Amino acid sequence: MSEVVLRGFGWRHAGRRAWAVRDVDLRIAHGERVLLLGPSGAGKSTLLAALAGLLPDDSGEAAGTIEIDGLDPRTHRGVRSPETSADGWSSGAGIVFQDPQTQLVMARSGDDVAFGLENRGVPPARIWPWVSDALDRVGFPYPITRSTAALSGGEAQRLALAGVLALRPGLLLLDEPTANLDPDGAALIRESLGSLRDQTMILVEHRVAEALPLIDRVVVLEPGGGVRADGPPELVFAAYGDRLADEGVWVPGFTVPPLKSGRTAGPDLVRASQVAVAQRLAPVSLGVGEGEVLAVTGPNGAGKSTLALVLGGLLAPTGGQVRGFGDDRPPHRWRAATLTGRIGSVFQNPEHQFVTARVADELAVGPRRLGRSADEVERIVDDLLDQLRLAKLAGANPYTLSGGEARRLSVATALATAPRLLVLDEPTFGQDRRTWIELITLLSTLRDDGHGIVAVTHDDDFVQTVADRTFPLGTARRRDPLPQRHPGGRS
Amino acid sequence: MTLALQAIADPSAPLARRNPVAKLAAALLFSLPLISTLDPLTPAIALAIELAAVPFFGVRYATLVRRAWPLLIGAFGLLVTMVLFAAERNGTLLLDLGPFDVTTGVLTAALGLILRLFAVAVPGVLVFATTDPTDLADALVQNAKAPARFAIGALAAFRLLPLLGAEWQMLTLARRARGIDAGHNPVAALRLFVSTAFALLVGALRRGGRLAVAMDARGFDSGAPRSYARRQIFRPADTALVVSAVALSTLTLAVTISLGLFRPII
Repeated sequence: MSEVVLRGFGWRHAGRRAWAVRDVDLRIAHGERVLLLGPSGAGKSTLLAALAGLLPDDSGEAAGTIEIDGLDPRTHRGVRSPETSADGWSSGAGIVFQDPQTQLVMARSGDDVAFGLENRGVPPARIWPWVSDALDRVGFPYPITRSTAALSGGEAQRLALAGVLALRPGLLLLDEPTANLDPDGAALIRESLGSLRDQTMILVEHRVAEALPLIDRVVVLEPGGGVRADGPPELVFAAYGDRLADEGVWVPGFTVPPLKSGRTAGPDLVRASQVAVAQRLAPVSLGVGEGEVLAVTGPNGAGKSTLALVLGGLLAPTGGQVRGFGDDRPPHRWRAATLTGRIGSVFQNPEHQFVTARVADELAVGPRRLGRSADEVERIVDDLLDQLRLAKLAGANPYTLSGGEARRLSVATALATAPRLLVLDEPTFGQDRRTWIELITLLSTLRDDGHGIVAVTHDDDFVQTVADRTFPLGTARRRDPLPQRHPGGRS
Repeated sequence: MTLALQAIADPSAPLARRNPVAKLAAALLFSLPLISTLDPLTPAIALAIELAAVPFFGVRYATLVRRAWPLLIGAFGLLVTMVLFAAERNGTLLLDLGPFDVTTGVLTAALGLILRLFAVAVPGVLVFATTDPTDLADALVQNAKAPARFAIGALAAFRLLPLLGAEWQMLTLARRARGIDAGHNPVAALRLFVSTAFALLVGALRRGGRLAVAMDARGFDSGAPRSYARRQIFRPADTALVVSAVALSTLTLAVTISLGLFRPII
């Protein structure tokens, strides 16, 4: 177990004017389990990267000192050999990131866990016992020959955790380890983390309620510098709960009042009859009316995303038919420009939908394709920039936006062509509370204006708060071959 | 793993079990000297030797055909090209097509090229059909002293390749959702293709960057000496494989030269 001491620590990324994090004084004792909170941009991820020794001197400017067991993580990078320490645990840090896909290196599970041990030069005779030990610790249920490509998101993240634990780090850093996972996968990871007892742990996580059983201390970073609050969870949330909730942290006990429609839905905008997609979606029939929010729920692999693509006119069903907007042809046969004027689709990963290098240009693409005049395009773009709090970012590159900003932009691009039907795939996934409330409010306003809204979602709060009707999709047939990724918000 | 190059052979076959570096070296040393001649006999002998070796790699002929069928397209392409563009049209006239006379000379030249294509490609197909990518990377590092930074890095990148297919589909659908399609306009289709490919590249680079950071955090390429969890040993049998490959290749060329059929490429 490691002790962490920061004195006046700060870091400014090369080429940035503002400090990502500064003036942090913090002492974390052996074996403490700390939840690190703060609004988006407070520097939580930067602080973890610094502790993991991932901020080389030439990548920015440092202030103050940072020590793990008295050693600077930059000069004593990563985990040193556990063989040299008295208790068999090495000093130094191991870090787990959001996306399991970009943490796994090898084709077979056991090889992946062994990867870090090989890098440290652990003698081959020790490697495989330590691999099994690490896999046992996280509760990995498969043999070591299991292909890493055949794992679900939660299983892959468990494997990534095992790969870090195999190095026996005294300090375990977790940078939103469940943000990319569906609720089942997230539960797997929390279960693994809950059974760990031998590390000091620092966890960054937006979903506080789920993280609470894992931690015994909360540290809140102040954007612009310093530590705002530090102490046991109940005391910190009693004193700072409302302010944190306003800033986007999911503080337990702060619920959002329901925003359901009081009226019955209007006539169907789009109706699907017995639509099916081979291997991905069993036949279903449903309609989406004007002025309703329809939530499509169900387990992974039931074909929720596939159904969203079919309703959005993007994927041709292999069985059944889809009709809407009084058109004789199914939506997937419409020209793209016609489609965007009627149905807007918002993908799970906003970056998939970006096609220009500026936020304002991104919003102008749709209206231009519809043949709007230059004045009209400008008016539409300005309205949306204001409505979705993106005006300050009009000139920014869409790929540089935070998770919440990218989500707002992807919704705005769909709204730019004023479609009557909006189809969203996991719109609230990985969002902080502030973006979540903005999205919910926006969708309920659109609904009250007579738009039809379909949202594929795992998010129970979304269903409780804004959905007027729920369509539960059947059981899993097989794993959805489309990517279940989401870039999530960086903080 | 869903890689196209998944090993499909019986791993206990005598040659499949050989060290990946030995297999790779044997394939190269056997097939490359054969390129030095234009006659059809050399590649024919080489191909016969290769086909005779197939069972020792634990590969069934049906599997080999399934793996190598794209070569048939290449062979057909070569045949058409030779019939259309061959400069020398000597030998007996077989089919009178005006400027595209099909003569024995043209067919012999085409046959030579087609046999060369197969003779060079089949060893590669055999090696990759019988070699696990992880084993290859391990052997490259341990036996061929390739830098781990390169071999393991390439292996990690390789693991991300299958994601690109799904990513391409999402990007294509996402563009349609944004109101962008090409219709029947080939220029627009090309621009759409380029912009989608660019987005794919940007996404791949970002993923690669994240992977690199994660590997970094686990101490990859930190300058400390690595240990090996999986030992790859270069045995006498591996040396024998490489030596046999060189010997067979030399023998093949010797036969051609002694029969006076050797036609150097330059």
